[in-house]
Amino acid sequence: MPLLKSLLVLVLLIGGLYGEPKFPSLNNSRIVDEASLFDSSQKSILEQKLAAYEHNSSNQIVIVTLKSLDGYDISDYGYQLGRHWGIGQTKKNNGVLLIIAPNERKVRIEVGYGLEGALNDATANTIIQKDILPFFKTGNYYEGTSKGIDSIIKVTKGEYTSEPKETIDDGSIFKFLMPVLFLFIMISNIFFKKGTTRKSNIIPSLVSSGVAGIISWIMFAIIPISIAIAVIIFLIVLFGHLSPLSSYNSRSGGDFGGFSSGGGSFGGFSGGGGSFGGGGASGSW
Amino acid sequence: MKIIGIIIGLFLLISAIVILPRVNNVPKLDEEVKSYAAQLDNQYKRRADLVPNLVATVKGYASHEKDVLTQVTEARAKVGQMTLTPEVLNNPEAFKAYEQAQDGLSSALSRLMVVVENYPELKANENFLNLQAQLEGTENRIAVARKDYIEAVKRYNLELRTIPGKWVAAILYPDAKVKQNFSASPADQAVPKVTF
Repeated sequence: MPLLKSLLVLVLLIGGLYGEPKFPSLNNSRIVDEASLFDSSQKSILEQKLAAYEHNSSNQIVIVTLKSLDGYDISDYGYQLGRHWGIGQTKKNNGVLLIIAPNERKVRIEVGYGLEGALNDATANTIIQKDILPFFKTGNYYEGTSKGIDSIIKVTKGEYTSEPKETIDDGSIFKFLMPVLFLFIMISNIFFKKGTTRKSNIIPSLVSSGVAGIISWIMFAIIPISIAIAVIIFLIVLFGHLSPLSSYNSRSGGDFGGFSSGGGSFGGFSGGGGSFGGGGASGSW
Repeated sequence: MKIIGIIIGLFLLISAIVILPRVNNVPKLDEEVKSYAAQLDNQYKRRADLVPNLVATVKGYASHEKDVLTQVTEARAKVGQMTLTPEVLNNPEAFKAYEQAQDGLSSALSRLMVVVENYPELKANENFLNLQAQLEGTENRIAVARKDYIEAVKRYNLELRTIPGKWVAAILYPDAKVKQNFSASPADQAVPKVTF
């Protein structure tokens, strides 16, 4: 079925259509030092400070130094980078990025939607002018960054409190799917008494897989999953000469095991899914 | 006969897979456009709210720059009467008027910010510096909200104009109309670049 295949490819491609600048990778770290402004001990001091702050407040602060802005305005680059990494928690949007581009001599505090009240543009500007730029002007990047971070922490403290981390169970949707699959195999077996040949099973297979696909789409609204269900049902009904129960059981173990991996990584750092709307302030030296 | 049945069945299955997931796309994307429009309108309002304060502060130091100050005040008054409602989104003339009014305020403000460069005392004023930072931040937010809106309208219009979506819309949402979008570039140039 080349048509179906190309449809699947199309679905997968839709996500990657919109152009944006090239971003550095977050690499499990709160300090992305592309421009090599800090030595390793400075980095670990900053990292610890930021990690402790996130632990207490759930606010995520990330320091980024860039070799180049690729011709983008720093404010244009900043919010896109913040969205790309998803800094801040999903519902709170409480992320802050401190972006330093030493070659363009630009610095920016990019503030997520949720912190725009505490760290408004005027405050962000004051932090840049009074805490950061005096040090950057003399080439002391670490001192400026450290002072700036201290001030950001001071004003955003108390805006949010941390909650016990929700554990997201990636397997839940597939657990939910099992009964659906099961139900349809049952139904298809009741209504369509199996023909003796594979050919006579095609129509019932098509019907039940179509219905299963539609119903699962209505339930989950996730196209690839619906398609997968339809295909699975089709194959099961078509080739299911054995009792439906045993074929269900034999598939359940192996087929979906792969999906449940890749859950929350608790050791490293990753963005919580927060978003940005262009709040903050920029400065240059 | 069986083969024809199989082909018809396959055809139905595939068209169901293609069309069904899109049944709700038009209203979904429509709501998305509306929410981005509301966000953009908010940011524009926020800028308009900054203007009286800004004008008052500048007047204190540069009262004889009457021309520019009047221009800003007038542009602000024009903008004050407009809201980006869903009706405006579907009406090319009203949308154009909204865009022009906002662009008018953008360029008046950028002129004001150039004039201000000649008044070192004003530039040292704490209150003015705060307002300037807020204005800069708001302009930036407007740029972001505007981009988000443009993307949302693109998605919506694309859905209405391309094939499976077009059929779905023709059957289920005959009233759905292509929405108005911003002309991306000239307004971006009008955003004042405030330097410190």
